[in-house]
Amino acid sequence: MTTQLKAPVRRNTAAVPNRKNWGYTALAIFFLAVMLFPVYWMVNASLQPNGTTLETSWLPLKPDFTGYATAINEQGGNLVTSLIISLGSVALSLAIAAPAAYALAYFKVRGAGVVLFAILISQMIPGIVVANALYTAYNDLGLLNSVPGLILADSAHGIPFAILIIRAFMNGMPASVIEAARVDGAGHVRAFWSIVLPLSRNSLITAGLFTFLFAWSDFLFALTLTTTEAVRPVTLGIFQYIGAYVNDWSSVMATAVLASIPAIVLLVAAQKYIAAGTTGGAVK
Amino acid sequence: MSLTTDLSQTAAGPATAKGARKHSRDSRTASQVPRRRSRQRRERLFQWLFLVPAVVYMALFFGYPVVKNVVMSFQDYTTSTFFTGEAPWVGLANYVTVLSSSLFSTSLLNTALFTLGSILGQFVIGLALAIFFQRKFPLNGILRSLLLLPWLLPLIVSSAVWRWILDKDSGALNRFLGDLGIIDTGIPWLTSTSLALIAVVGVNIWIGIPFNLTILYGGLQEIPDELYEAGSLDGATGWRAFRHITWPMLRPVVSVVLVLGVVYTLKVLDIILGLTNGGPANSTQTIATQSYALSFHEFKFGEGAALGNVLVIISLVFAVFYLRASRRAVDE
Repeated sequence: MTTQLKAPVRRNTAAVPNRKNWGYTALAIFFLAVMLFPVYWMVNASLQPNGTTLETSWLPLKPDFTGYATAINEQGGNLVTSLIISLGSVALSLAIAAPAAYALAYFKVRGAGVVLFAILISQMIPGIVVANALYTAYNDLGLLNSVPGLILADSAHGIPFAILIIRAFMNGMPASVIEAARVDGAGHVRAFWSIVLPLSRNSLITAGLFTFLFAWSDFLFALTLTTTEAVRPVTLGIFQYIGAYVNDWSSVMATAVLASIPAIVLLVAAQKYIAAGTTGGAVK
Repeated sequence: MSLTTDLSQTAAGPATAKGARKHSRDSRTASQVPRRRSRQRRERLFQWLFLVPAVVYMALFFGYPVVKNVVMSFQDYTTSTFFTGEAPWVGLANYVTVLSSSLFSTSLLNTALFTLGSILGQFVIGLALAIFFQRKFPLNGILRSLLLLPWLLPLIVSSAVWRWILDKDSGALNRFLGDLGIIDTGIPWLTSTSLALIAVVGVNIWIGIPFNLTILYGGLQEIPDELYEAGSLDGATGWRAFRHITWPMLRPVVSVVLVLGVVYTLKVLDIILGLTNGGPANSTQTIATQSYALSFHEFKFGEGAALGNVLVIISLVFAVFYLRASRRAVDE
């Protein structure tokens, strides 16, 4: 997976920019402007003064931050809830996925094929089916409206994905490195902990970032497994904003901007991990 | 501990190991063979321990829900079940109710139109952009990765933004069309029964383009340049190069993208709930949203489960295609 991804990137950056090719750049910027207009509109609307919903100007010439003040005031707690749930989901997903990926990639355990098959099939199961059954189980176990309950449920997307990503990486790791450690007397756990994990750092980061994003974006489990305001992720907060008749779009859009920060950070700061994540779960 | 001795034995060299084995064939003591076998068994057990947490998790959060849904779909499972603990067995009654309701044909048709329209739009535009970005021009990489943003945003955020853009009275789209003089009065994108589904499909196309673009672009990069060079000698350029070189070479990636797209689109819930909540007058109700409404608005969990299972069966049909396609992709 990694080699397949690196090759095209290198080929492209190696291309010497030709002067006349700037025409294509202009065309690409046009496509980008059309595609990203909704994102622009979200930021623009979030900076408009309240109460002028009928005539939102095309440019935020007089930026007004009341929308953000309202958003943080009303949704700040939900943002924190989302953050806790997402971080918990990353920790749980990596703790479960990394050893499993190692077992699937390195040991040729019997039943590995079955596990991989189950992972592929699990991607086909609609979230609503999982939510339907979990609701009744959570009700019996007292896990409704709880942070641990949402962490467990939100990892349902992250764990299979993380196993695929990390396993694809570990498949390419030379077995001799691990064998050398084993010969030197390291047990399975130590070889895994002090050799395999540090070497797999990039794939762990990729899996972790996407797992964070999955949990952060989760809406279905938040909608079905929480019924009170006690534990309310920001996605559900936004849904409730737009569920009622909206007359304060600047606050809704300010919340939307705040809820988009992880995606934007991922895009800007973690560029090289995205390509691996986008294709990794899909093709292999 | 026994594992390390096991390894040092193999590390001691093939000659001694072979010699020892030959020797032991004649004079092995009764205890040696079982010990080695138990050592292997313990090694295997240890390896399995790495997998156990994942297997348990998958069983609890995918296996259990699927089984539980099947069971629930044969029960009269309602709110009172939570108090009385009783969910009477009703056989196929839930399926009969759900499948014979007039809403089922509506949501089945909507699901088909939503999935087909979304996939078609995402794929065609994604492929066109992927081919466009194959050209070498300055800032190509940066612009291409910025295009990923719609796909990375939380779906409910996208729904909220689009709901505002598509608003009849003050939405940006109507204002834009009005400023251009194309329309006089606002178009009720999300509140008209004839337009809502089209609007929802349009938003879902927007969300899916980056995914299609990225995967198809990766697939295009895999096609060796030599093929195009050879093709151009034979006069295959432009459209003919696409038909005879690009498309056949891209087919494995295309099948994976399409089937994954279908499976993901079938279960979409966030976008529809955020934009229209299934309305107006059920014009954007799909099987997934209908299943949600049955369980969590009407609290008919048995019926919701039955409809959910219908969705699972539809998905599984496509899953078979997916597995065949992805196996081919892995083999290559």
